[in-house]
Amino acid sequence: MAEPATKNPVEEQKVVDEGIDVGISRLTEDKIEKVINQVLKGETGARLKTYVSTCIHCGLCSEACHYYMSNDKDPKWSPVGKIKQTIWEMIRKKGRVSPEFIRRAVEIAHTECNQCRRCMQFCPFGIDIAYLIGMVRRICHKLGVTPRYIQDTVHSHSVTMNQMWVKGDEWPDTLQWQEEEARGEFPKLRIPLEKEGADIMYSVIAPEPKFQAQLIYQAAAIMEVAGVNWTMPADKGWDNSDMAMFTGDNEIMGRIKRTHFETASRLRVKRIVMGECGHAFRSVYDTGNRWLGWSQPPIPIVHAIDFYYELLKGNRIPIKEKFKEPVTLHDPCNVVRGGGLGEKLRYVAHALCETVIEMYPNREYNYCCCAGGGVINCGPPYKLKRVKGNRVKAEQLMDARTRGAKVIIAPCHNCHSGLKDIKDYYDLHMDIKFFGDIIYKIMEKPE
Amino acid sequence: MNDIYQFVSGPLAWVAFILFIGGSLYRVIAMIAEVKKKEPFIFTYMSLKYSLRSILHWITPFATYNWRRKPVLTVVTFAFHICLFVSPIFLLAHVTLWDESWNIRWWTLPDGSADIMTLIVMASCVFFLVRRLTQREVQFVTFVSDYIILGIVAAPFITGFLAYHQWFGYPILMILHVLAGEVMLVAIPFTRLSHMLFSPFTRAYMGSEFGVIRKSKDY
Repeated sequence: MAEPATKNPVEEQKVVDEGIDVGISRLTEDKIEKVINQVLKGETGARLKTYVSTCIHCGLCSEACHYYMSNDKDPKWSPVGKIKQTIWEMIRKKGRVSPEFIRRAVEIAHTECNQCRRCMQFCPFGIDIAYLIGMVRRICHKLGVTPRYIQDTVHSHSVTMNQMWVKGDEWPDTLQWQEEEARGEFPKLRIPLEKEGADIMYSVIAPEPKFQAQLIYQAAAIMEVAGVNWTMPADKGWDNSDMAMFTGDNEIMGRIKRTHFETASRLRVKRIVMGECGHAFRSVYDTGNRWLGWSQPPIPIVHAIDFYYELLKGNRIPIKEKFKEPVTLHDPCNVVRGGGLGEKLRYVAHALCETVIEMYPNREYNYCCCAGGGVINCGPPYKLKRVKGNRVKAEQLMDARTRGAKVIIAPCHNCHSGLKDIKDYYDLHMDIKFFGDIIYKIMEKPE
Repeated sequence: MNDIYQFVSGPLAWVAFILFIGGSLYRVIAMIAEVKKKEPFIFTYMSLKYSLRSILHWITPFATYNWRRKPVLTVVTFAFHICLFVSPIFLLAHVTLWDESWNIRWWTLPDGSADIMTLIVMASCVFFLVRRLTQREVQFVTFVSDYIILGIVAAPFITGFLAYHQWFGYPILMILHVLAGEVMLVAIPFTRLSHMLFSPFTRAYMGSEFGVIRKSKDY
């Protein structure tokens, strides 16, 4: 297998991140001790204790981690190595750690772990390493030390109930604009706002209206062709994304999810269908709903993969001709390892594309994109670490490319952005697409 | 010498068994009580089917992705754990002791097999030691306590092996063997050897999460 090319190595520079630097400057050991113990005693219980006392330090989780595999198997990048450098030390020192220790801990927890949960499949005891890293993020959040870029998105969630500072009128304006655009192609198309009693509320992440409005256009086109009875909210509650989940700001996570569910409930829809996004699925389906006390989502959640599966299986999207270029499939962690959609993803891919080439490992064992878990949201200061930390993904993609794959299908926004950075850095010359892009391209449209 | 032997195999054995059984019960009950108090949601997701699916996969050699990726380690760790349990429980000399004291007996291993199993345990301990010393990812997370735990596990087998073969110092080795066994029993609930108690629970919980919510494999 050919090695993927790498650009000239750039010296890693000291990262300047105001969210961390200013936060650290305000810390004292007393304050750190108080906060750590408050979290450990008040917010954790038998789970944390049992995980810590059961781990026998065997290192078997190491090779699950793309960071470890990509950084020449340096043990400081292994999942257990990251736990050793963070929460073990906090517990051992009973919270009495230095501000500099916290600086390293926040870097590890936020920019060296994607919470992809692959290591949990490798641990013989099933220790939830992502949960432990999540507790480190929670502690850092309570200490006021979170990378600035991702903290900004949480501020946006808090103020606007969406991730991208989309203002009240910008949202319906964007939808109206996309509706007008799409009506050139589909004369009867509507993006129905506030339609009470519709079958489906379609929710998206805020980057879609902010700078990927064509995705809303495509979704509307698919709904139109498939004859779906759908709606979108005109006000808050349309954004299903959730960066607060990744910063440990559980209180804001709860507010966002409640707004989302309450909006669906106000519209009296039967189900929520969400766009091709993985972290949002994790938040709505797994994490946020539980934080609010619902053991399962109060309104059924359908990820786009599942929705397209349903439409294609029911022959509701007429296809002109299948997508010709050979594709490979990237299984997003949050919907495949976290939602069991691996086989449906394959059904959809085979229904749409002539040639599907698997990458290895695949399905729930796929390597992470290195963008999710809030890592890409920590912004440009950490981009180099992120792409270098996923050389193993470049090798995996390169292998699929040498077997003929030209297009990567990544049905998740974070994966999409992360893989784009990887293909650019390692000169992979592959295209990345959402299922929506392909369906829109190959479906029959009115003359 | 005989007095010391009587002491370690009499009152001290009682203490060891009481601490082992009492300590184990305490650790497990305390864990469940704490879950009930602080994280009762965990019970909502526990599923017998998926707990068993997870546990059975992980206690079967090569039945999980990671076991298949690490064939040597898999063979060693399974051989080690099986011999670690089977040889002391079914050793003729041990069953005889139970028989003499309590008049209960069960099936026993031929001495030759028990001897081989003991060698397997000792060789596995050497393997784990070398792994700790040479594999960077293991060495990075190794503490002094990890070596101590390994020593605690190896000691009863080394002393038992030497005592059985009576090459030298039988009486003192016998005393050391009994002591080493007692130390190991007591260490189980109070050190990371407690993975013996907790791993079925952590496995069951993760198996349930993956089965009920994530609908994918944790193995």
